[in-house]
Amino acid sequence: MTQVWDDANRVVPVTVLRVEPMRVVQVKTPEHDGYSALQVTFGEKDARKLNNPDRGHFEKAGVRAGAKVLELRLDDVSGFEVGQEISVDTLAAGELVDVTAVSKGKGFAGAMKRHNFAGQKASHGAHRIHRAPGSIGACATPARVFKGTRMAGRMGAEKVTTLNLKVVSTDAEKNLLLVKGAVPGPKGGFVVIRDAVKAATKGGA
Amino acid sequence: MNAIDLIDAQSLRDDIPAFDAGDTLKVHVRVVEGNRERVQVFQGAVIRRQGSGLRETFTVRKVSFGVGVERTFPVHSPIVAKIEVVSRGDVRRAKLYYLRDRIGKAAKIKEKRD
Repeated sequence: MTQVWDDANRVVPVTVLRVEPMRVVQVKTPEHDGYSALQVTFGEKDARKLNNPDRGHFEKAGVRAGAKVLELRLDDVSGFEVGQEISVDTLAAGELVDVTAVSKGKGFAGAMKRHNFAGQKASHGAHRIHRAPGSIGACATPARVFKGTRMAGRMGAEKVTTLNLKVVSTDAEKNLLLVKGAVPGPKGGFVVIRDAVKAATKGGA
Repeated sequence: MNAIDLIDAQSLRDDIPAFDAGDTLKVHVRVVEGNRERVQVFQGAVIRRQGSGLRETFTVRKVSFGVGVERTFPVHSPIVAKIEVVSRGDVRRAKLYYLRDRIGKAAKIKEKRD
């Protein structure tokens, strides 16, 4: 993350996202595929490293092979055709977007870090239980721990969506997108940007 | 060039003079009143410089009518019209928080002699 200044000279914290132009590989329609979606790719991939099914798929579409193929579910795909390029300038400053990515893995984390438990006392007789979760249930009734009880375990490295991030600016020349606030995932991670699904409730675009 | 550096390069200023903790500055601050803009001068000693790159900030302290006033500015902020270095201070620390507990002559910073 970094920061920029807005028109009123206030600091705006921003995340810089590189949005390379996407190429439509396949348009899925309800008639043909049962649902509507766009299959897109971006970036470059060495042609020698393609497997045969992928090579055939890209050749059929007549689209240069990309680093990744992903599908974007849309309600209406009528305006799109195979081979079309979609670049960052489809987004404009002020729009709200949702950003989805795999969050940073935290490994095996305790209940305090993983579930924001309060932990226990630092003193007053507390002995080696400062970060312990405390009680996980009653005694002879029910005589077991309920499923889903929040405990220590693997944290992070899961799909996370940050909702309603405001687009601060776009740069189609350098393929950069600036959104206000943080997005999930590590530096250099792969993210999916969509129009905000809950924008209406926020009174946005 | 890294994407963040590209964005930062647009906001980084190169007209900021070199200064450090202990120096006395005149900071010319743009003040917007309604639709009129004027420049206000805030003069005092730098008690801290913190952060790096575009996020770097500095804090200027002055005593105004017997009350200590501190203002923190981002080094590269557009509201800073100009920074003038009035004098260089001879200090032994990077953070001059001890000035807050001193009044009058004790709060004076020695001037640097080269």
